[in-house]
Amino acid sequence: MADYLFFTELMSMPVLDSRGRRIGRVKDAALVPLAHSARIDRVLVGGGDTWLTVRYDQIRAISLPKGISLSDEQLMPYHDDEYMLRIGRDLLDQQIIDVTGRKVVRVNDLTLTIHNDGARDILTVSEVDIGLRSILRRLLQGVLPPRVIRRLQQPIPPNSIPWDFCNVVEPDPLRRLRLNISYTKLETMHPADLADIVEELSPAEREAIFETIDSEVAADALTEIDPKMQASILESLEPEKAADIVEEMAPDEAADILSELEEETSEEILDEMDSAPKTEVRELLEFAEDTAGGMMNTEFVSLHENASVMDALAALRGNEDLLESLTTLFLVDADERLTAAIPLARLFIASGGAKLKELAAETMIQVSVDEKQNRVTELFDKYNLLTLPVTDEDGKLAGVITADDIISVLRQR
Amino acid sequence: MRAFLSRFRYQILLFLGVLGPGVITAMVDNDSGGIYTYSAAGAKYGYLPLWTLLPITVVLIITQEMCSRMGAVTGKGLSDLIREEFGLRITFVTMALLVLVNLTNVVSEFAGIASSLELFHISRYITVPLSAFAVWFMVVKGTYRSVEKIFLFASLLYVTYIVSGILVKPDWKEAAIYSVKPVMMLDSGYIYMLIGMVGTTIAPWMQFYLQSAIVEKGISAKEYSASRLEVIVGCIGTDIIAFFIIVACAGAIYSVAPRDIQDAAQAAVALKPFGQYAFLLFSAGLFNASLFAASILPLSTAYSVCEGLGFESGVDRRFREAPIFYVLYTLLIVVGAGVIMIPNFPLVPMILLSQVLNGVLLPLILIFMVLLINKRELMGEWVNSHWLNLAAWITVVVMIGLTLAYSGISIRGLK
Repeated sequence: MADYLFFTELMSMPVLDSRGRRIGRVKDAALVPLAHSARIDRVLVGGGDTWLTVRYDQIRAISLPKGISLSDEQLMPYHDDEYMLRIGRDLLDQQIIDVTGRKVVRVNDLTLTIHNDGARDILTVSEVDIGLRSILRRLLQGVLPPRVIRRLQQPIPPNSIPWDFCNVVEPDPLRRLRLNISYTKLETMHPADLADIVEELSPAEREAIFETIDSEVAADALTEIDPKMQASILESLEPEKAADIVEEMAPDEAADILSELEEETSEEILDEMDSAPKTEVRELLEFAEDTAGGMMNTEFVSLHENASVMDALAALRGNEDLLESLTTLFLVDADERLTAAIPLARLFIASGGAKLKELAAETMIQVSVDEKQNRVTELFDKYNLLTLPVTDEDGKLAGVITADDIISVLRQR
Repeated sequence: MRAFLSRFRYQILLFLGVLGPGVITAMVDNDSGGIYTYSAAGAKYGYLPLWTLLPITVVLIITQEMCSRMGAVTGKGLSDLIREEFGLRITFVTMALLVLVNLTNVVSEFAGIASSLELFHISRYITVPLSAFAVWFMVVKGTYRSVEKIFLFASLLYVTYIVSGILVKPDWKEAAIYSVKPVMMLDSGYIYMLIGMVGTTIAPWMQFYLQSAIVEKGISAKEYSASRLEVIVGCIGTDIIAFFIIVACAGAIYSVAPRDIQDAAQAAVALKPFGQYAFLLFSAGLFNASLFAASILPLSTAYSVCEGLGFESGVDRRFREAPIFYVLYTLLIVVGAGVIMIPNFPLVPMILLSQVLNGVLLPLILIFMVLLINKRELMGEWVNSHWLNLAAWITVVVMIGLTLAYSGISIRGLK
């Protein structure tokens, strides 16, 4: 069973040389994340008017009552090393992301474990402490002896996050490289959770996260964020990165976000985009926001009116990225005019050779691109729709509105 | 011309987009305590104190502008910044003081609710619990957007003071002259009154509330010029209201017979000879202001404390997710309203005590603010300019001097 030590207890612990003479007290400790992600690599000791740096392999033993005793006292004077993540300065009182708890938390203290590798005691960061217990420790640190504080905190339940599940946020890209901070852990979160977290951070930190995470994850998270904030995030990014993210979004959502931006910025982003998604988004941008055209997306599957169930299955195989939210297929005639809507589930009970026409919904509700938003939501309510096809002035299928679009419209009211 | 019009429209839209934090904060500044102070000044000294409103507006703008700028640039609340830059212990002491000061303020807001409605012969044992519940319910069940709309509407209701001020038919010529002509008298009552007017103007909670509201609204550094305008408009608006309160009491009380008044409800009663409407509007204004401040103070306190100490916070969270936030918020309302219902509670000493605590807390916070806003790693190009810094430090020193003097006098009052 490894022994543990709180960072508050490490602070101002005496440091003794090999003959037991006191050199000074601990002022701070630092990780060097490029070398090891959790080991306390340096202990900074205040001796006289300068600070000295103790490397982890110069330490022989660490214990709460006796302090730190060294095996080697050739100490270098401390100078601000860019590769160090200093706990007292850079971590304590700052916000970090709790990846499994899916929230932003403030660091009150750290729990370190002491283990002996045969030659020396090594300190490793094991948990980040939040909550009342660690607040009490911070308040009493230096006022009461550590043993008394440990006894006093007993009744309060601990509240900590394992260090492996924490993500430090660093806005400065250069420093992020030096400190080996990445946001890949965040990519495993649900986009909606990531969006909540990002909303709690400062603008610079938001930008840092969106600048570095995978564009697909960024796109999913961005669509979940408050529209006003979406705009300011995209504006803060380099146009290339912003374009990468917008390309990954559904065209209707991309158009919504771009229409929130200033014309100049949205043009810059559009210029950086690939041509196929660009044309789709540009078309959608033409419609006023509060019309069917402004609400619809262009991600749908349509087939010729004489197509069979087999044709439909083949078409679905070619559109795998749409499958997660697809509920309806559409039939169009030779002039691309909408003729019927097929509820997707009916395909399962039909024989492979059956004509899709025979599976069509009995009544087909559709709206034109300039239909007002209010009317569209009314139709969804009245006919209990999941999708609503939108046609242009020639009756051609232009896009579809889905129930999730309606929910966001209603939520924003 | 069309280009100009569309540009103008764009500016207006931009302004409406950021409208909220600055106006609300400035208006709540005229809470029941503020209305009492201004009424008392007008009742005893007539138009003489009007000149202080101009420097008060300037001081208010300087402090509020710094907060809103910090909020827009860093995207963090004031207590967040204090915690990150000055550590847990200082934050804890600041927050403990803030809770105490704000609690006493909440008590005086509920006192304002009670006395304004007692003018209409409704017992406080009905009005106070009802108002407390309404306040609690609105915030717990609402979202930030809906609450902000209600608050903006409440800010509009301050117009009642302008109307009641006009109804009293004060001497406008005198009012105009004394608005720009400083009058000093070596009369201890007069000096106390002047200090009191400045003292009620800048309260610690305002700095926290304003900055958090700017952050919550998502105002960015780019929209900042519109936001600054909003803050300035709010500060000017709040002092226009103050002007009309003083003028109304000068016209109604001072011109008849100068005297001391004990609370703002007495000022409302004195307006009765000038018509039922003047009285009605003045007391409705008092009720609105007290209820408004009673809604914001507990909320703002709970936010600041939870942000600073790192607990989950926000009305958009459920109780289980942010227990400390909700407990603190509810406790402030329950205790604040409960105290008013205790018969013979020593209210006056408690309000004086609140002034003393205020005097300890405000200097701390003003100093933190100026230190924070000059940190280049936080503010980048948005740090204070040389001249603004000079103005800020002068403001801080003057405010600290006045607040300490004010709390010193309050301590004497406590004995």
